[in-house]
Amino acid sequence: MASKQTVVDSILTTSPSIPSTTVENAALIDIDEGLLMSSNVVHDLKEFRQNTETVLKRISRDATQVLFNSLWQLPVEQVEGNYLITLPEIKMWLPREKPVPKKKPLTKWQEYAKGKGILNKKKSRKVYDEASGEYKPRWGYKRANDDTKQWLIEVPANADPFEDQFAKRQTAKKERVAKNELHRLRNIARAQKVKAPSFNSMLTLKALAVAHKSTASIGKFTEKLPKEKPSKFTGKKRKFEPSIGNLMKEKEKHLQMLEINAKKIPTIDVTKATNRALREEERSKTQERRQSKKTPKKLRGKKAALGGEKVRKGGGNKKTRGKRRL
Amino acid sequence: MQRIVKPKTQQGRRALEKKEPKIIENTKNTLFFKGGNTSNIVTQVLKEWHLLKKPYATMFSKKNTTRPFEDQSSVEFFTSKADSSLFMFGSHSKKRPNNIVIGRLFDGQVLDMVEFGVDKFISLHEIVGPKSATGIKPCLVFSGEFFEENDENKRLKNLLIDFFRGANAEKISLNGLEHVISVTAVSGQIYIRNYRVLKKKSGTRIPRVELEDMGPSLNLSIRRTRLASDDLFKRALKKAELAKAKKKKNISRDDLGNKLGRIHMSTQNFGKLQARKLKGLKRKPTKSADKDDLAENSSKKQKVDEEMSES
Repeated sequence: MASKQTVVDSILTTSPSIPSTTVENAALIDIDEGLLMSSNVVHDLKEFRQNTETVLKRISRDATQVLFNSLWQLPVEQVEGNYLITLPEIKMWLPREKPVPKKKPLTKWQEYAKGKGILNKKKSRKVYDEASGEYKPRWGYKRANDDTKQWLIEVPANADPFEDQFAKRQTAKKERVAKNELHRLRNIARAQKVKAPSFNSMLTLKALAVAHKSTASIGKFTEKLPKEKPSKFTGKKRKFEPSIGNLMKEKEKHLQMLEINAKKIPTIDVTKATNRALREEERSKTQERRQSKKTPKKLRGKKAALGGEKVRKGGGNKKTRGKRRL
Repeated sequence: MQRIVKPKTQQGRRALEKKEPKIIENTKNTLFFKGGNTSNIVTQVLKEWHLLKKPYATMFSKKNTTRPFEDQSSVEFFTSKADSSLFMFGSHSKKRPNNIVIGRLFDGQVLDMVEFGVDKFISLHEIVGPKSATGIKPCLVFSGEFFEENDENKRLKNLLIDFFRGANAEKISLNGLEHVISVTAVSGQIYIRNYRVLKKKSGTRIPRVELEDMGPSLNLSIRRTRLASDDLFKRALKKAELAKAKKKKNISRDDLGNKLGRIHMSTQNFGKLQARKLKGLKRKPTKSADKDDLAENSSKKQKVDEEMSES
């Protein structure tokens, strides 16, 4: 058997009619099977310059042959008449398109549930619907026990008989949706470490103060809330000292002013002072830079003498060149 | 970053989800777009590379007065619109005739960008002969010591590989290996050739490879380059820790490699089952129902008549 094989091999290698798959200098060719890539070298630059196309084709052919030789060694699987090979990992490091995704930050509830060890309960997707006697989706379109489709609602015993129960249900739903949206936004703000505006924030108080005065009589008759404090946001009226009256107070005031002037210690605003110092430093630096860039005076004179006034050559748009000179 | 405004439709939600960063990334999409002025050669280059990269490529056919090397913002904007992270930009000016910029982005920012001048171009259509199928993953050949000379050239090679490599496939068909992109750099010139593979018999299992010119062929010279800082590039190279893939339910494969799916159906109503149609089995409407129908019809008609007379 062995001798037969060698004979076949020798025929294959020697006969010129059957082309072989061996490549000269195959050791010089690098391959990355994962990328289907091979790297070759250009040996003879002189030959390359003379007949570029043939050399290019030869180099590429050799490299491709080496790549194919190694690809055909990989395990093959047959799927629907196709011979598939599984490519190995890419050797080369290629950059990603987008950064590695970060984990979604937990919501406040999720964090709480985690701490408490509360797990989600699995609910079946379909629920028995008593009205139709069928299993229907728990929520969404054509859901089971749909309370929005009811045409009659029993008025509870302690409820106002003239209240619209349908409208009540609708507003309750709207409020729940709004609350959920608010919580969603708060969770986002929490994740980004931004302080979310709370209900008692200055903004709402300001809005309240404005609303208070937004009547025809500028809030004169607006009723006050049970525990309302006087607003900070209403404008203050200037108050002047009475021109005659308490002499002692006036004297004290003047003396205080005199004392401050006598001490002559100016109070220092630290932030202002540091800012000024920084600005001055910067200014001196830029000046230094400017001076170092400037050409010395001697040279400047020479340059001017050599070049004189710059002669402008005709440039730009050919069509308008003549017109511009006029 | 979390999105504050929620998408309003399912379709919109899905479209946004598609654009989000993923652990295992999709194939990079390529955007082809033109500058304010383009020569015939440049438009042809763009068109033909678009054709070669097709399922993963978008072509903008209108002019855009932009210069990527002076202001990257428009490039970033266009690529974000087409959700692509590779781009090829073509322009033509007196200073830089037949200009082509190849670049890539990371996280919506331009990472690397290299400008080439097209010195010679042979179109796909000028070369007669069969072409490889579109959307096929090409084999790449990079030749020349130029690409190993320094870090900048290595990065250029990396960029070109990224640009030309096609779909990132795990498995490929051996029959599908029929396109070779050859990139050779000799003394500053870059020769790009496209070949079709002819698999000849060799007496062994492995075929003998012969190549045939397919086009387009390009001779390029490098003009300007802007490569990312090592720091940014390193960040872009970061590999994700692979999460355990979620097992897909109800899908299995048998020993022959056939895909089997298990589906769940609600119980069938045999009463409504359509059997062979026979005239004798046809359900006739009951007489009483018939009469009611007639009565309704007549009343409706009368109403119409009345309205007509009034008007």
